[in-house]
Amino acid sequence: MIINHPILGPRDFQEFTYLGDASLIDRPDWQADNAADQFHDYLYLRDNPAGEHRELWFHEQGDRSWLVVTRNTVTHEILNVELARDVARARGRSK
Amino acid sequence: MGKFDNHGLKAISPLGGYEPRVDVFTGLQIREVTDRALASLAARQGSENAVKSAAASYLGGALPEPAGWGEHGVFSAWWMGPDLWMISAPHDSHELMAADLKQAVGEAGSVVEQTDGWCRFDMEGPRCFDVLERLCNANVRAGKAGDATRTSMEHLGVFLLCQAPGQVYSIIGPRSSAASLHHALVAAAKSVI
Amino acid sequence: MTDAVMNAGRVAFQADGSTGARKGVQVNRLDGGLIKGGKPLSFTFDGKRFKGFEGDTLASALLANGVRLMGRSFKYHRPRGVLTSGSEEPNALVELRSGGRQEPNTRATVAELYDGLEANSQNRWPSLQHDFMAINDRFSNFLTAGFYYKTFMWPAAFWEKLYEPIIRKAAGLGSISFEADPDAYDKGFLHCDLLVIGAGPAGLMAALTAGRAGAQVIIADEDFLLGGRLNAETFGVGDLTGAAWVEQAQAELAAMPNVRVMPRTTIIGAFDHGIYGAVERTADHVLAPEAGKPRQILWRIYSKRAMLAAGATERPIAFENNDRPGVMLAGAVRAYANRWAVTPDQTVAVFTNNDDGHRTAADLIAKGVKVTAVIDTRADAPAVEGAELFAGAQVIDTKGRLGLESVRLRLASGITRDVPCGALAVSGGWNPNVHLTCHQRGRPAWREDIAAFVPAGELPQNMVVAGAANGDFSTAAALRAGAEGAVAALSKLGIEAKVGELPEAEDAPVNVTPFWYVKEGKGRAWLDQQNDVTVKDVKLAHQENFRSVEHLKRYTTLGMATDQGKTSNMGGLAIMAELAGKQIPEVGTTMFRPPYTPVSFGVMAGRSVGEEFRPTRKTPSHKWAEEQGAVFVEVGQWLRAQWFPKAGETHWRQSVDREVLQTRNSVGICDVTTLGKIDVQGKDAAEFLNKMYANAFAKLPVGKVRYGLMLREDGIAYDDGTAARFAEDHFVVTTTTANAVLVYRNMEFARQCLFPDMDVQLISTTEAWAQFAVAGPNARKLLQKVVDPEFDISNEAFPFMACGEVTVAGGCRARLFRISFSGELAYEIAVPTRYGDAMIRKLMEAGEEFGAVPYGTEALGVMRIEKGHAAGNELNGTTSALNLGMGKMVSKKKDCIGNTLSEREGMNQEDALKLVGFKPVNAADPVQAGAHLMNADGEVSAATDQGYITSAAYSPVLGCSIGIGFLKRGDSRKGEVIRAVNPLEGKEIQVEVVSAHFVDPEGERLRG
Repeated sequence: MIINHPILGPRDFQEFTYLGDASLIDRPDWQADNAADQFHDYLYLRDNPAGEHRELWFHEQGDRSWLVVTRNTVTHEILNVELARDVARARGRSK
Repeated sequence: MGKFDNHGLKAISPLGGYEPRVDVFTGLQIREVTDRALASLAARQGSENAVKSAAASYLGGALPEPAGWGEHGVFSAWWMGPDLWMISAPHDSHELMAADLKQAVGEAGSVVEQTDGWCRFDMEGPRCFDVLERLCNANVRAGKAGDATRTSMEHLGVFLLCQAPGQVYSIIGPRSSAASLHHALVAAAKSVI
Repeated sequence: MTDAVMNAGRVAFQADGSTGARKGVQVNRLDGGLIKGGKPLSFTFDGKRFKGFEGDTLASALLANGVRLMGRSFKYHRPRGVLTSGSEEPNALVELRSGGRQEPNTRATVAELYDGLEANSQNRWPSLQHDFMAINDRFSNFLTAGFYYKTFMWPAAFWEKLYEPIIRKAAGLGSISFEADPDAYDKGFLHCDLLVIGAGPAGLMAALTAGRAGAQVIIADEDFLLGGRLNAETFGVGDLTGAAWVEQAQAELAAMPNVRVMPRTTIIGAFDHGIYGAVERTADHVLAPEAGKPRQILWRIYSKRAMLAAGATERPIAFENNDRPGVMLAGAVRAYANRWAVTPDQTVAVFTNNDDGHRTAADLIAKGVKVTAVIDTRADAPAVEGAELFAGAQVIDTKGRLGLESVRLRLASGITRDVPCGALAVSGGWNPNVHLTCHQRGRPAWREDIAAFVPAGELPQNMVVAGAANGDFSTAAALRAGAEGAVAALSKLGIEAKVGELPEAEDAPVNVTPFWYVKEGKGRAWLDQQNDVTVKDVKLAHQENFRSVEHLKRYTTLGMATDQGKTSNMGGLAIMAELAGKQIPEVGTTMFRPPYTPVSFGVMAGRSVGEEFRPTRKTPSHKWAEEQGAVFVEVGQWLRAQWFPKAGETHWRQSVDREVLQTRNSVGICDVTTLGKIDVQGKDAAEFLNKMYANAFAKLPVGKVRYGLMLREDGIAYDDGTAARFAEDHFVVTTTTANAVLVYRNMEFARQCLFPDMDVQLISTTEAWAQFAVAGPNARKLLQKVVDPEFDISNEAFPFMACGEVTVAGGCRARLFRISFSGELAYEIAVPTRYGDAMIRKLMEAGEEFGAVPYGTEALGVMRIEKGHAAGNELNGTTSALNLGMGKMVSKKKDCIGNTLSEREGMNQEDALKLVGFKPVNAADPVQAGAHLMNADGEVSAATDQGYITSAAYSPVLGCSIGIGFLKRGDSRKGEVIRAVNPLEGKEIQVEVVSAHFVDPEGERLRG
């Protein structure tokens, strides 16, 4: 597969390490009332779609950027690639 | 700081010699480079512009753009990642460059000495393309001078700096694996030439 | 069999312009052909010496020498000859070369002849002519489809001892020598705008079109000669012969710097997003590769666009005894005659269901070979000149031991007729080579007009198909499709190419009437000759209710092994369709998967073999340790000194015990560079580390080090190390050697994805510093001799857990940490790596007066077990901070990775495992890591399990074996005697539960 890195352009997926669902960005608040339940769901409950999937890839043999890659798990078509840091900020993870 | 230049510990090269190693082939030379000091420079959060301008005054020129490298006088620098660069200078005159650089950028940047984290081999000669295509997936034939590519060679993550396309490259890899990287380069050269 | 031969006296269409007058040089050699230069070569087959010419394949050379019998079949050991002239060959598999270079199951049809080539037939004993295992053929009624599944079911006990060894002995074709392959294999990477797969008329035209437009082009062909079928046919292209046009095209391509022509290169797979795998055989056509040069290269090709122009493969017709040597595909017979100037015999008959088969008759007649009959299944077959035509006839049987002698026909009139022939050229039509179009999700579609599957569905991204591979079988159509395909593909890249003027070429239509097998006859009609699958086997599978083609394949083995059914699948599924009363497209094809043709393990491994299997990381003291005669151990990629044997020591324990005792009694030195080091800076560095570690770091003073434990988000401990604070905004963190990469990755994840606005910068500095542990009561005295005198490292000025920057040896910058893994007064001192070699020598020299010893990883391990420090065995992916006895360290006042879920009820049970130590009650008993703990009395069972021992060692200090491990409620059971059991080895010892801190439990030494 070729991942179109937002900064570096097309790169071979072999340079990357795969983590999993991009929902791992949404780490719950440890002080929430039901923090334990939220953390349970965060850690253990995942969708496993045959189709579009937003997932985290780490450019380990590259610039060390974490990326959010939107990929069709059936066709391997890559629909979008974003810097995970930008996604995290957009999802309200700024301090 | 003169005393740092003449202390009682004798340096060895990444390949374990007291002199840098040179391997010569028809149309290609692979040279171990040991005379460069290195320091990484990272921008502090929100100080991206400040660190760029402070570094520019220290280096005498702008920090390189993503996937690039450049030279300014004795200094050279390459892009390592977002808001992260490696600065290089002659070792004998700049063994303590990390401290000087930190002083130059102050609170705007984080500086880490990297001199001995790496080994470097310079590859020179008209057979560079043929040898590099056996080593890494970088599209060297489409490359230009000033490209700095992070790629891997025989499972080792390296920086590939293009000085002159098809003619001169620097390959910078992890120092502890210098022997493995050197073996890969020499084996590829023997394979092609 | 050697009837009079007509000599047509025709000038050969030879590419180099000369006439190849070689008729009769070998018994079946004809004139003409593309055997260049005529350089004679010598080779052996089964030890017998033969002659061939440069440009021959092993198969063409053997045929030229009158050798039709080339192998024995897989199951029945039937005598078999060559069926094809290409990589689809199912029968003519040989062992090529010998010794370490021996390669089994090599297709003689693609083995390029070289001087000194050595080939042996396989799957026969004692010889190809007399094969003992041919007795299987007599029992063929038993060895039908599913034989193994049905027969060896029971008794179960027979499987391992009886059935499996017998089957294993009988299975397989070729053999290997068990010697190491002396050759090197390379890998490489190529990039292009257009990858052209196949260099026949379509591929060459595409490459010319794209090359002329300035695109970066790679054109690859599995053959050593470009041209595809143009080499096998007598067609011209424009004013030139086919071969001459190929030469011209090749010359033009060679002159273009933007075009890379790769003969002997097979594209083995189409992968995601335009990536193709290719194997280039760089030295298979010579006796041995030159020193240092690879035999083969595995290329990874990154293409923006690809064109599949892989041609088509002819398919046979099944009939009784159609496997005798001499029965061949018609297109192959034609290729041998036209390209290699070889005929398999001097009398040949043709059996066809289509017009293309007639070309073989015409070409052979033109070459002076006697064609004894053209048997066409079609009643309206076209006329034939120079041979007798039997329209509407079928071949119903063959005769000849070890080789064809005659065929029996059922004529349209119903009578039978025997026709003498030493070879039968069979054509059942052609199948486009759609394989690579299916490597993703493409599923081919049936085209009625050519009675074949063509590429369809979702092709690999950015692939176009041209020529015969797409069902366009004429030369003119191929040339046009190649040019137009290239123009269309490049236009997507913004490269303007032109179709230009196409040369004139034959444009014959396809005339074929599907005919898959001859129904008459009770004997065996072979479909898959490589796997000995017959028409009957397919019928049996159907009878037993195998309905899917994939099941048919697995049950009968149709289409398996080296040829993957390239010549047989179509027949099998056509028969299946007929039996099921379905149309062929309803049945569909089996899935084509990479590789297209067999790939050697060697080229997959590339240079990653032996010592170069993976990169080796060497410590800064490696050279010095080698000089000391150290024994090394691989720790991940690192090579670390395991122990340093001294003269007279005959057992590793002697060395290790000495190293431990001398360190505890005086001072020892160990290279600890391998621990991961991550430099953490930024205004939020301390807060960031608070998130990373279970324990708190925000209040760690500058100049101090703190132990830290890292949890996974599920609360399980996964790594530990230290963090040293050099400034308010600057820490250096260590990780375990094994987890350095993982910890760094997780830290970057936290930095970029979880806390994107924290001001923190990370970078690895593992390699930049040579770090040595100096441990033992004399550690300070030793270091005071090395650290420059202006730095006070007395206990008061530099207490336990202090850190700072110093200089050593008269000015070399260094970092000093007062930390201890051994439990002794200990320091770690780091200098820039280039000075590491000098530093270890300096330390040893300074330590001489104290009898300082270097110690390796074994002594390190012993001392940490004596001290009760957790390491990888304890941080084993199942243990929490609570289990490790560090439950209180997990701060409840702050958020960190893993703290919320570490509070789950199940991880905080009253009887939770706790880390404790174990001493044998009988001092002579060895404590074993992995032993399970049971109460003093009662049953030994999983239900009564009390825990397990994780690490054990002989403690030279205590004079007995000791262990640490996890015991239920272990912290409150000290003094209890329990059992450590090892049911696997039938061992059981009594152990006393003790503190894990065997040595200096109060920690006085390390603070001294």
